[in-house]
Amino acid sequence: MATHQPLPNQPAPVTQRGVIRWLRANLFSSWINGLVTLVVGYYLLTMLIPLIDWAFIGAVFTGDGVDACRPGKACWIFVEERFGFFMYGFYPEALRWRPTLAFALFALAVVPPFLPLPGRLRRSVAIFGLTGLPVGGYILIAGGVFGLESVDTSQWGGLMLTLILAYVGIIAALPIGVALALGRRSEMPVIRGICVIFIEFWRAVPLITILFMASVMLPLFLPEGVTFDKLMRALIGITLFQAAYMAEVVRGGLQAIPKGQYEAAEALGLGYWRRMRLIILPQALKIVVPGIANTVISLFKDTTLVLIIGLFDLLGAVKSTLSDPAWNNVMAEGYLFVAFCFWVFCFGMSRYSHRIEKQLDTDHRQ
Amino acid sequence: MNKTIITMGLAATGLLAFAGSTQAATLQDVQDAGELRCGVSNGLPGFSQPDSSGNWAGIDVDTCRAVAAAVLGDADAVEFIPLTAAERFTALQSGEIDVLSRNTTWTTTRDASLGLNFTGTNYYDGQGFLIKTALGVDSAYDLDGAAVCTQAGTTTELNLADFFRANDMEYEAVVFDTSEASAQGFDNNRCDVLTSDTSQLAALKTQLTDPDSAEILPEIISKEPLGPVVRQGDDEWFNVVKWVLFGQINAEEYGITSDNVEEMESSDNPSVQRIVGTSGNMGEILGLDDDFMVDVISQVGNYGEMFERNVGPDTPLGLNRGNNALWTDGGILYAPPFR
Repeated sequence: MATHQPLPNQPAPVTQRGVIRWLRANLFSSWINGLVTLVVGYYLLTMLIPLIDWAFIGAVFTGDGVDACRPGKACWIFVEERFGFFMYGFYPEALRWRPTLAFALFALAVVPPFLPLPGRLRRSVAIFGLTGLPVGGYILIAGGVFGLESVDTSQWGGLMLTLILAYVGIIAALPIGVALALGRRSEMPVIRGICVIFIEFWRAVPLITILFMASVMLPLFLPEGVTFDKLMRALIGITLFQAAYMAEVVRGGLQAIPKGQYEAAEALGLGYWRRMRLIILPQALKIVVPGIANTVISLFKDTTLVLIIGLFDLLGAVKSTLSDPAWNNVMAEGYLFVAFCFWVFCFGMSRYSHRIEKQLDTDHRQ
Repeated sequence: MNKTIITMGLAATGLLAFAGSTQAATLQDVQDAGELRCGVSNGLPGFSQPDSSGNWAGIDVDTCRAVAAAVLGDADAVEFIPLTAAERFTALQSGEIDVLSRNTTWTTTRDASLGLNFTGTNYYDGQGFLIKTALGVDSAYDLDGAAVCTQAGTTTELNLADFFRANDMEYEAVVFDTSEASAQGFDNNRCDVLTSDTSQLAALKTQLTDPDSAEILPEIISKEPLGPVVRQGDDEWFNVVKWVLFGQINAEEYGITSDNVEEMESSDNPSVQRIVGTSGNMGEILGLDDDFMVDVISQVGNYGEMFERNVGPDTPLGLNRGNNALWTDGGILYAPPFR
């Protein structure tokens, strides 16, 4: 009796698998798509190859001064030579370990969500990040106490200043924003009115106007001889501006909480503050993590506007050196470096917020 | 220069708040603080720009260092405060800075209506034209119909319009936001001519892909005397800042340099003796030490040294003395005598 001997399975035809199948399905599915692929591919290659050659292959990474550079190729020596300035501005070189230490502490405070730590430790690190770190960081960077040499804020600059502006703007704006959001939903007309006016005023004015007012107009209205720190003025302006945006983001979260939650909290006999603190805010803030991250990232980029009031943030520091006649045209290198730094930080923040979202996720809807 | 209309408006508002206000005793304040607060630009080649080690350098910066050397005996006792064009006058009026040295053009309006005093001129600048050599034009009067790259909102733009109207010529303005951007536009053939102050044209020229393909036309279409500024109403401080610069110019005239200033202290020439303080009491009547110019010259140098170090022929800017030569050498630098 002949047993039925099936042939071994044949692999799919060569045009129906692997790379070729992918190419056929995605790039050459019809003659018109094929044509588009070829044309676009051609232009991409003709543009990308010179770009990569300019930025990496032919570029000069090490050397001494402008003479080591090659014409028509990127000259990263410029960025290397000015790196300290781009990072710290005019901060005295011998003291630069202080801001470095402050930012190392900052990194430590930020990392815990990525580590499997017990909840209590994680919470105390978070509290430190919001309270101890700003104070400690300020003392480290500004000095003037504990035998640390005082460094005036006019010497702060570079990436360090960008991070300080963003960090202070974020941690000061968040509590103010939450308070404003609660105030706007308050049943007391005076409080509600004040919050609405505040939010609508600050949201309706461009940040650049606020900075300009803080730096140019404010000193004229202060009493004779009273000056107050330019960086402080900019920080206050940025914080209030940011708080108004934050308030609206948080309000979105408050409104998304079902009414039943409010009623349930009330039924438990909790007072207003405990109701908010224990029931409403934890849920609301969790919902708006993406919104907060969005605001934070846009704030980080907005800090470059301090350029117009003569503060040397990262962009300002780079820009001030671009016209240096000792270097031939290094504009592209300078701006690319700035773009790269901003990308690294903004992308980092975006990933970080995703991580936090996942960690806080207790979604029962699925 | 970057004199925007906004500046004027804000400054006028400032006037209201500060009409007749004086902030006396700046000299005393600076001596008490042990530090001079000096407003500079936020990055202008040759005038005030951070160098590769992050220290301020430039002729405007050295002007401040010289004042610090005279008043405090230490040219490094300066806190530099970078200011944009728009906020420079407010910063001075509000007392945020003691002296403004930010390539600021001396004009009637600024001198008379802003509550400020210009103490002198540390650089005589003027607006000029940079043109592609290939065009074969060698005079600004042949520029009829040219496309001109310029910066928005500056007196440069206004001077340009005045010049072309006065000479009955047509032009097409290609306006950019910053001077670097206008230079890029010129480099990419967006226009035939680039206009700016000649000191800046020299710097912008070095940024071109091929610096030799362009040249600066000989015509200068505006007067831009740049100098330090102080608050009005504090004549003692005004005198100090004024005479430090005059002292540097006089020092060059009498051949006193940072190298020979010590030998010069035993000079027989009475003019030299008065400058280095071995005779007369010039320092005392200004409220300073009698040998204040020795500190200035040994630490910063005379005017010529300051010029050569920052913008002279051996620097990337490569500017010649021109108008900024001493009156004895065909320039217009003429300081009143130290007597």
